[in-house]
Amino acid sequence: MTAESTPSTPRTLEARNLVKDFRLRSGLKVSTLHAVKDVSFTLEAGRTIALVGESGSGKSTIAKMLARLETPTSGQILLDGKPASRSGRDAAAYRGDVQMVFQDPFASLNPFHSIAHHLERPLKIHNPGIGRAELRKRTLELLDRVRLSPSDRMADRRPHELSGGQRQRVAIARALAPGAQFIVADEPVSMLDVSIRLGVLNLLAQLQREDHLGVLYITHDLATARHFSDEILVMYRGDIVERGPADTVILDPQHDYTRTLLGAAPDPENQGMLRDEVRRELSAGRP
Amino acid sequence: MTGDAVLTATNVSIEYEVDPPVKAVRNVSLTLNRGEILGLAGESGCGKTTLAYGMNRLLKPPALMTAGEVVFHDRTGEDIDVVALADEELRRFRWDKVSMVFQGAMNSLNPVINIRAQLFDVFTTHRPDMSKRQKQQRSEELLELVGVDPKRLTSFPHELSGGMRQRVMIAMALALDPQVMIMDEPTTALDVVVQRGIIREIMRLREKLGFAVIFITHDLPMLIEISDRIAVMLQGEIVELGMATDVYRRPQHEYTKRLLSSFPSLRGERGDFVRTGAQSVSATLGPSATLEGGAA
Amino acid sequence: MSEETEVTDPRSASAVDEPQTLSDRTIDPAIIAPAAIMTPPVTVDIVTAREEARDARRGFRQLMPRMSLKLAIGLIIVVGIVLFAIVAPIFAQDPYDSDNPALQPPSPEHILGTTKLGYDVFAQLATGARGSLMVGLIAGLIALVLSLFFGIVAGYKGGWWDEILSLFTNIMLVIPGLPLVMVISSYIPVRSWLLVAVVLGITGWAGSAVVLRALSRSVRARDYVAASRVAGEKSGRIIFVEILPNLLPLLTAQFLFAIIFAILGEAGLSYLGLGPTGSITWGTMLNEAQSGQALGQGAWWWFVPPGLMIALLGAGLSLINFSIDEIINPKLRLAPQNARRVRQAKRAGRGVEAAHTPNGAEA
Repeated sequence: MTAESTPSTPRTLEARNLVKDFRLRSGLKVSTLHAVKDVSFTLEAGRTIALVGESGSGKSTIAKMLARLETPTSGQILLDGKPASRSGRDAAAYRGDVQMVFQDPFASLNPFHSIAHHLERPLKIHNPGIGRAELRKRTLELLDRVRLSPSDRMADRRPHELSGGQRQRVAIARALAPGAQFIVADEPVSMLDVSIRLGVLNLLAQLQREDHLGVLYITHDLATARHFSDEILVMYRGDIVERGPADTVILDPQHDYTRTLLGAAPDPENQGMLRDEVRRELSAGRP
Repeated sequence: MTGDAVLTATNVSIEYEVDPPVKAVRNVSLTLNRGEILGLAGESGCGKTTLAYGMNRLLKPPALMTAGEVVFHDRTGEDIDVVALADEELRRFRWDKVSMVFQGAMNSLNPVINIRAQLFDVFTTHRPDMSKRQKQQRSEELLELVGVDPKRLTSFPHELSGGMRQRVMIAMALALDPQVMIMDEPTTALDVVVQRGIIREIMRLREKLGFAVIFITHDLPMLIEISDRIAVMLQGEIVELGMATDVYRRPQHEYTKRLLSSFPSLRGERGDFVRTGAQSVSATLGPSATLEGGAA
Repeated sequence: MSEETEVTDPRSASAVDEPQTLSDRTIDPAIIAPAAIMTPPVTVDIVTAREEARDARRGFRQLMPRMSLKLAIGLIIVVGIVLFAIVAPIFAQDPYDSDNPALQPPSPEHILGTTKLGYDVFAQLATGARGSLMVGLIAGLIALVLSLFFGIVAGYKGGWWDEILSLFTNIMLVIPGLPLVMVISSYIPVRSWLLVAVVLGITGWAGSAVVLRALSRSVRARDYVAASRVAGEKSGRIIFVEILPNLLPLLTAQFLFAIIFAILGEAGLSYLGLGPTGSITWGTMLNEAQSGQALGQGAWWWFVPPGLMIALLGAGLSLINFSIDEIINPKLRLAPQNARRVRQAKRAGRGVEAAHTPNGAEA
């Protein structure tokens, strides 16, 4: 919020050697789950990085660490080169710069409160002393930006009166409220209806252009990862197994796992291929 | 795809008796051919699940079938009017002729009893004269059929992974050798790699056992890959019905086109996705780095 | 065959294990017994969601139970008894006046007759109502505050707070309530009703605390709480502004339940002679009736009224609790309603199965 982001000195959010272990207890046995095993990458303002992987790959854990919902077992998170501190004013400033959009549009909004409340709280926290009129004005502005109109009527509604796509737009507006420069989007559209997804992603892309945001797009969907991001990081069981420009990773994968993922993704161009394959296998006598 | 029909639904309408009543399925006619995979595509609220339940007599209040006919054409040549079935006949029909794999099936297993007990329950209910030995044998057969180690019969659901639980659910649906299987989003919650394994399994089983499948999902690309025919539903009506290739290459209805464009192609065009102005970055094909080669 | 490898991050387990839901539909991961495979585990919740959305109300009103027969009856009973407790003693005779003919059946002068020692039963009943209700209310409040503290703080804060508070809760849970109350009571020869209320309150909170702790833990893991933290909210505000309002229906239900428990507990104590000394409650009336051989002498007017009142109050509070349950779980309200609507539709001839079988043999 304070530093100016120019093409020559872009703002950065860096994850350096992040490690996260969880202690699991089952009865008397204690084991360690290595959710994230030494991951490093740098997110620049104005660019989108996609973090692709299946469940258990550790991508959600990385999102939580960047959003300071989990503390790394070791490693650092650096905002503009400076380590993000755990407490005090720096921590609050970090929160003002790094925000998160959650996966579940139903669960990420409090059913008891109005939409306006969800936006006003972060606005108030990051703009102490803001007046009521100004607060209301900014809330409505945010709703307009995410194309929820008429904004004054939307502001007074409750979450259950909105559709999934609308709720997710509110979640995006909430992430923008503190004036964040970096957005961690954890599977932002996977729980939405298919025909609404591209609308929400396009909105996110537009907002990124307007505000020069750095977006970490976490997903298991390779297709949208390719079309929506500049760089793709493929994660498998806590490690980044492949990284590179989006088109390269998709069209010319190097790592076995990436190839497996790409092979497993549904592709309408392969119409009927699986059926023929299966038939061949069976007639060849294999079990 | 042997032209003859195994399940015919004619002019089916299903309403939700709420205030005001909601027409969930409007005058839908559908034919499922023996041994074919019919994909039923649509988003939430389009009525595809309701239709499936209706065809299986599984509707719960406030849902009510207000019109239509559902006829099952048994392989013995007999025609069964599904809507007219009562109690005993219905029980014999269910699971034996038509079985179903439900959405969220992974969480549908009883967590406090093991897999074998659950499989046995199916037999006890529908084939009361099976001996314990026969049940054991058939259960092991079924698990092998779906690619699960028969030793896992004694496991509890929480000891199995999600993919395995899904296979067990499919095994249960296959237990009585049905002629039709209705699958409602069977792989939605699974990883894409596991999903492909399950789909492959289903197709293998279909080749071996010859049942027909109604595959309900919102994942249109997957449907196009595996289905013979596809029906697209919108607000209770079938707006497009045709061979999978035709639906993909020559979609007729606006909604089908919209649905197709919501899935950007993995390797081809970006569809309707509008990327940022920094296109030049992704256009240049720089070298990518793998784990072995170290970070880029 | 690809191996089944699914390493789940335990912290995000809920997000991973739940099936991906589409926007307008809620999926109910119901657990069914295999024999019930016939019926689908998912009621088509899109209708529930729509109904709820249409019935949307603002602010606190969305938490209020819908008026139904159950709720109306419950409210009438409870409000009636409360009014009785407030108003009746004013009009009744002095309950401590024993200057009446003893053991008289109901008559125009003594509507509910008199006791063996000549007290007017109606007057005692009225004063006893005040006594019982006060004990119930105070005990309920104490139990509520304690369970709130031990439950929500332990649930939300986790870590050491959780360990210590849960340990204490579990100890209190294991110690049998009524015997504990009896022991404490028997140590103190002169007991005011306030003391009895306090004793009942401090022994009756553990069960509630366990429920609140479990609920707080689950709410803590919800995305909207995490979103508040990411936005920068402080813990205190999160507990009071984000979490507590969503727990209000449950808290109210727990509070009412604690009252029922306290009133019954007090009745039990009094019946054993360990209740309040010097005050009149329904329980003390029952105690005196028993020691006065009321049953043997056929003096039903002595013990039936207080017993009936206790039962009525319990029933009334429980009915209100059921209505609150319907807020917490709307399906409780909607399922019978839905079944009724379908029956009506079938009778009107709209169902295609109507010609074939009654009720469509769905169950």
